[in-house]
Amino acid sequence: MTPQQQANAAVADPVCTLSDAVNQAIDIAMEEDSEVFCLGEDIEDPIGGVMKGTKGLSTKYGRDRVRNTPISEQAIVGAAIGASLVGMRPIAEVMLMDFFAVAMDQVANHAAKLRYMSGGRTNVPITIRTSVGGGRQFGAQHSQSLEGWMMQTPGLKVVMPSTPRDAKGLLYTCIFDDDPCIHMEALTLLFTRGPVPAGRYAIPLGVADVKRSGDDVTLVTWGWQVPEALAAAEQLESEGISTEVIDLRTLVPLDIDAVLQSAERTKRVLIVHAATQFAGPGAEIAAVVSHELFGELEKPVERMGSVYSPIPYAAELETLHYPERLRIAEAVRRLA
Amino acid sequence: MTALTNDAALRIFRTMTTIRTTENRIIRGLNSGELTMTFYTVRGQEAIPAAIGEHLRREDYMVTTYRGMHDCIAKGVPLEELLAEMCGKSTGTSKGKGGPMHVSDPHSGLMVTTGVVGGGLPIAVGLALSSALRGDGRVTVVNFGDGATSIGATHEAVNLAALWQVPVVFVCQNNRYGEHTKFADYTRSASLAERFATYGLSARAVDGNSIEAMSEAAEAAITQARSGGGPTFLECMTYRLGGHSFGSTTEYMDPDELARAEAEEPVARNRRWLVAERGIGEDVLNQMEAEVEAQVESALTFAKNSDPPPPEELHTDVFSTMAASPR
Ligand SMILES: Cc1ncc(C[n+]2csc(CCOP(=O)(O)OP(=O)(O)O)c2C)c(N)n1
Ligand SMILES: [Mg+2]
Repeated sequence: MTPQQQANAAVADPVCTLSDAVNQAIDIAMEEDSEVFCLGEDIEDPIGGVMKGTKGLSTKYGRDRVRNTPISEQAIVGAAIGASLVGMRPIAEVMLMDFFAVAMDQVANHAAKLRYMSGGRTNVPITIRTSVGGGRQFGAQHSQSLEGWMMQTPGLKVVMPSTPRDAKGLLYTCIFDDDPCIHMEALTLLFTRGPVPAGRYAIPLGVADVKRSGDDVTLVTWGWQVPEALAAAEQLESEGISTEVIDLRTLVPLDIDAVLQSAERTKRVLIVHAATQFAGPGAEIAAVVSHELFGELEKPVERMGSVYSPIPYAAELETLHYPERLRIAEAVRRLA
Repeated sequence: MTALTNDAALRIFRTMTTIRTTENRIIRGLNSGELTMTFYTVRGQEAIPAAIGEHLRREDYMVTTYRGMHDCIAKGVPLEELLAEMCGKSTGTSKGKGGPMHVSDPHSGLMVTTGVVGGGLPIAVGLALSSALRGDGRVTVVNFGDGATSIGATHEAVNLAALWQVPVVFVCQNNRYGEHTKFADYTRSASLAERFATYGLSARAVDGNSIEAMSEAAEAAITQARSGGGPTFLECMTYRLGGHSFGSTTEYMDPDELARAEAEEPVARNRRWLVAERGIGEDVLNQMEAEVEAQVESALTFAKNSDPPPPEELHTDVFSTMAASPR
């Protein structure tokens, strides 16, 4: 579908928040397959998850299948892995991505590697849902976008939707995927609204989405930086600069072909992300684009990620820490 | 054990009053839009650190959590700098870069405030180990919630401290909730003190809302640690008198239990006790409360009038020198 066709189709779809879309994907998966279950902190009703992703589901499916846990991230992820080894499809919730650090032995040394270490005799079809802070003065331990860390761990699929539609389709796919999937839900997007197809809806992993077509500059991004990029593109349009915004949606698998196809036309590429710029995901993408299109690009590939520092608390510093629309627009102007 | 004097009881109560007055003032500011911050209520837990602080020295170490404003005040973190940090100002303990969840003030011995549940205990064991190795006579107190007892690191740390007999006091502030989950909904243990006693250290439950009981327990634990008698696990029984953080709901809390806890809330309760059992005059208390009120207002004014950190601060303190940071 072209972006225009997509926009037309979208008109007919009911509108809901990203959090509702997550909820729908889980609901449909649980309805379809009795081996899908959820575990995590405060996910049962009446809370239904502090970000409301499982609201109503413990009431609908019972507390066997939507189960509260103690504050025990290692045990949450470990239990999910165990149940998945014998074919169940657990959805674990880690309240905030920063707390992955507590569970990282289970995530990186076990979930990611068990297929390989067993020569393919076992696999870990779990989904770990987690929310990602940033931009809300939550400080250094509640604001990190750690997709780069996940990407450094072979065996994990890394997913970060930017719209309710994408969240529903991608999460559904994650749940039935045969590998461990990390589904990152950005806090700043959770309560934004958008059209979402009703009923069963799946989006394959590893397919980028052109969120805005353009001819002059290719802007590659994902997650909560997508609306920032789109706002920058909107502003630039009025200045006569046409920006194509590619939302990667999944970092592993990575749809590098979508980036290359666009870059072949525009010959100018900027990669924007909330993860740290130094040794960040953008470095990998920039390296591949520069290699594949060596000699064809008009300008060197540019990157804009977070500053190399823990995330500061003061609002005045935090706004300087992450990329945002004004500085993104500046960077595009320099490329155009 | 020395009997609690009226002077000591009054000092503890003054600390409790400072904590409560600061919280009330912050809540007023948050409600009116004068202030913005994430704020974790400490209402109802004031007596625990206030009593502990009475028995600590300035050079002793403390570790706490996001819900730690009371601990910071009781350990002696200057109120001006504490409030400035909570407001994200350059005059704050961390120059506004840490925020309410990450107060550090080594001058007053407040070494770490962590936002990660259970993250503080292993570090506290290391602080106490340094005192054991150096023979400096310091004691480390680490505060954490009941919910933190579900984290693996908590158990590793307590076991290690017991094994090594380092001078640490584990202060579990059992306010009966971990975020939205009731105590009985996350463990079958009836008593954390009993559970942790099996690691081979002194462990006891104490009425965390009583100045008298808390002071006695704190003194015993701190004296034991300081004299080489090893660590203690204190399960301080208290009650979270509100939602998890400012603005969060309470619909999952038992309203009758909450009402009973509110009726017995520690500031009013210990004030009554001071008047009735210790013969402290109303005039003495009234004057103290007025002094505290003025002190809190002036500290908040200092915080509000301070500047935010300048942009350069984004890049400093990542490493010892900026040269190590990538360009
Ligand atoms: C490792 C980790 N998991 C989850 C959280 C989210 N969280 C913040 S406070 C909290 C409840 C902690 O309860 P408790 O230890 O009893 O402390 P209290 O808040 O009652 O003082 C949770 C789950 C966190 N900060 N860290
Ligand atoms: Mg608690």
